Amino acid sequence: MEWETVIGLEIHAQLATQSKIFSGAPTAYGAEPNTQACAIDLGMPGVLPVLNEKAVHMAVTFGMAIEARIAPYSVFARKNYFYPDLPKGYQISQMELPIIGAGHLDINVDGITKRIGITRAHLEEDAGKSVHENFHGLTGIDLNRAGTPLLEIVSEPDMRSAKEAVAYMRKLHELVRYLGVCDGNMQEGSFRCDANVSIRPKGQTEFGTRAEIKNINSFKFVEKAINYEIERQIELLENGSKVIQETRLYDSVKDETRSMRSKEEANDYRYFPDPDLLPVSIDEDFKAQIKAKLPELPDTKKQRFKTAYNLDDETATILSSSRQLADYFETVVKLSGCEAKLCANWITGDLSAALNKAGLEITDSPVSDIRLAGLLARISDNTISGKIAKQVFEALWQSSSVADDIIAEKGLKQITDTGAIETIIDKIIAENVGQVEQYRSGKDKVFAFFVGQVMKEMQGKANPAEVNKMLKTKLQG
Amino acid sequence: MHTKTLTELAQGLRTGEFSSIELTQAFLKRIKQHNHLNAYITVTEELALQNAKDADLRLSNDKADLLTGIPIAQKDIFCTLNIKTSCGSKMLDNFIAPYNATVVEKLNQAGAVMLGKLNMDEFAMGSSNETSHFGAVKNPWNINMVPGGSSGGSAVAVSAGLAVCATGTDTGGSIRQPAALCGITGLKPTYGRVSRYGMIAYASSLDQGGPMARNAEDTAILLQAMAGFDEKDSTSVNIPVPNYCSGLNNSLDGLKIGLPKEFFGEGLNNDVAVILETAINEYRKLGAEIIEISMPTLKLAIPAYYVIAPAECSANLSRFDGVRYGYRCNNPIDLTDLYTRSRGEGFGKEVKRRILMGTYALSAGYYDAYYLKAQKIRRLISQDFKNSFTKVDVIMGPVTPTTAFGIGDKMDDPIEMYLSDIYTIAINLAGLPAMSIPAGFVDGMPVGIQIIGNYFAEDRLLNIAHQYQHVTDWHQHTPKGFE
Repeated sequence: MEWETVIGLEIHAQLATQSKIFSGAPTAYGAEPNTQACAIDLGMPGVLPVLNEKAVHMAVTFGMAIEARIAPYSVFARKNYFYPDLPKGYQISQMELPIIGAGHLDINVDGITKRIGITRAHLEEDAGKSVHENFHGLTGIDLNRAGTPLLEIVSEPDMRSAKEAVAYMRKLHELVRYLGVCDGNMQEGSFRCDANVSIRPKGQTEFGTRAEIKNINSFKFVEKAINYEIERQIELLENGSKVIQETRLYDSVKDETRSMRSKEEANDYRYFPDPDLLPVSIDEDFKAQIKAKLPELPDTKKQRFKTAYNLDDETATILSSSRQLADYFETVVKLSGCEAKLCANWITGDLSAALNKAGLEITDSPVSDIRLAGLLARISDNTISGKIAKQVFEALWQSSSVADDIIAEKGLKQITDTGAIETIIDKIIAENVGQVEQYRSGKDKVFAFFVGQVMKEMQGKANPAEVNKMLKTKLQG
Repeated sequence: MHTKTLTELAQGLRTGEFSSIELTQAFLKRIKQHNHLNAYITVTEELALQNAKDADLRLSNDKADLLTGIPIAQKDIFCTLNIKTSCGSKMLDNFIAPYNATVVEKLNQAGAVMLGKLNMDEFAMGSSNETSHFGAVKNPWNINMVPGGSSGGSAVAVSAGLAVCATGTDTGGSIRQPAALCGITGLKPTYGRVSRYGMIAYASSLDQGGPMARNAEDTAILLQAMAGFDEKDSTSVNIPVPNYCSGLNNSLDGLKIGLPKEFFGEGLNNDVAVILETAINEYRKLGAEIIEISMPTLKLAIPAYYVIAPAECSANLSRFDGVRYGYRCNNPIDLTDLYTRSRGEGFGKEVKRRILMGTYALSAGYYDAYYLKAQKIRRLISQDFKNSFTKVDVIMGPVTPTTAFGIGDKMDDPIEMYLSDIYTIAINLAGLPAMSIPAGFVDGMPVGIQIIGNYFAEDRLLNIAHQYQHVTDWHQHTPKGFE
């Protein structure tokens, strides 16, 4: 039988606020345990939550970017369950009236664009962390993360393969970072994914029974976990058994998913509106303010890069993949006055390679946009050749000097003095009579040999165009 | 000194008749002397004397507030920095609060002297003060009787002269009912008027802190210090606090008093009804017009309350899990055991009953039938009050169906106990302000009359209460043995 996979994702994006969603405690990652939790985060008797407006701001920003309905009125609810790292015994979340309603995101897989529906996105607080190491059979509780703002983004079951799921997740990851609402750091858990996976015979309209795979924290694992799960479900059904509705965990070491709890064991969360918080009202003014500040989104930017800079689809995709990279590119184009193509090639080529090698992000690049622009300007005005430019780039990477100083200091300025070039060409022709004969008898390939010899003699500083032109004339005799 | 009003004492402090230290010492002595009433859970003697010393300095520098140097006490539901805050429960018997409730902070700012923390029903769940882990509180008018609850310690402290005034909280009648049963004046403000920050939550949408004192004027002074917007409480309301004392002497001429016929039907003790009639007559003499009204939804208040309050309480009390603070059972074998025994051993019977009721009401499949329906009833009750206030200025009625009942009489019958709040609960559901003032005695036990006002009409309520106290002396009676 041919099976069709149905996938929906729930993504938890940690909002990049300075303080927690309901308290003034800081959200910075990696502090000593329990040093970033105040009385409110600890769930002390009598404390009350106060909503962080910045979190609302970020949620609405996201909502606008996915062209979603922004709820004029949304409500926080208590989700009740007991766990040691959940201080109040309930999590403040949103249930019936989330802040962000239906929206969508377009993904591109194998050259085909597909629209993925987003059901809703709601605000909630994160729980703390249970620490099992170094407690000799006991469990430690770190509440630093308790109360950190999360935006839970729930997709429609619109994806039909692990590949599509990953494309959606990547697209969303790119978007939240673009908007500056989430730092997207997956290792630190700022962007986590739960995947709902089911299969059904191709052509069937009803959904199959789904399994939810919890807390997957990398693109690679999402793909692997889903693929494992698809195989597992197909095997079950083809062997005549049933898929049961349950929550599963992905074990990245064994590359398998395993059961965590079944539907019967699931908690009854007893959601009800949190009486400590007023409903959130969002008016047109608030939305207008956010809209005015909304950055250009990745898809729009990519289109503009293609038309305004005449870039191919692949280059435009890469350069628009992060706001910082796109800004870097546009600054270089502007400051260098060079052709956009040249700038794009350098950024996606030499610069990206060097950054990758050093494990750096564009924002940490040792070669700033201004300094790269300074280098490229010298290529385009023929002061140096592309080959010499690579040397200069190396020096820029190592030092804080500007390209002009490096070129002057190392004497790398291209020789365009035709007299000097002519002298060298004459010398090379005189020394290689045999090759001249070959060329003249029709062996065009020998031409490259002459270019090489001249360049070598001139330490690569000769203007290649000039060398080509003069050699051609001289060799033809 | 202990029978003087706050205003009189403030005067005495200013004329140098006595110092705050002397006043505080006198009250501390009385607290010890009448320890058997069990009004206090914690007496903060050292702190009180320090507060008094600071107050005397402030008084001498002429920077004093009306409350500066006045010995007051806090219901043990308000968190007090570095002082045990038990909420009447074994669960928090070892809990030293790491911060001050906003109300405590405000009264400290005003320079009030805190004598200690007052007994109460466990987590404010009770109408007789018998559910306290620290034992029942005794009514000074008859020590075999309950003082009412949950702010029973507060009512007794004021009535027996163990504090000049006290804070209380009211979720379904917990200020008004004990005030009535102990013969003092108590006010439950409009929901949102007094900050709930640091006030241990029972039912968040109903809980409201308020003042309890010997008369309306003292109540006004205490409310003045407690009220106001607090950015730490999202449900507190950001509207200016009026001067509660300036209108106390306004005339009641033309005041329209509504009497809901539902308040005077079956269940109301005849002797109490007679006292109410007399009080209403007094108001007639003061120029008020009496209008009979009908509020058919009032009878739904108790069932709606006993869904909403337990539902909220079931979540509010989840934080008491033995993990971070409070009672923890001995040698838990695993997590479930830790939860089960810490909560099983740390909470009393009534608290557990309400947690169970609330958990049930919120459960999958029951939510619509209970919680949602109760919320609908709540809106109907609010609407009923709103309609009434288009016809009348205030509504009056009984506070309790009877005078104080005997200690132990209703502990085995929760429904009977719940019915003692039948006249007060609807007001919490609507979020309105209401007062209880002394109006007479039946067999030597005090009876109160309830005055219910429109939203934020605390100033009007205080004026109406003060005018009554101007022409009556019920509020000046002192229980025998406490003169």
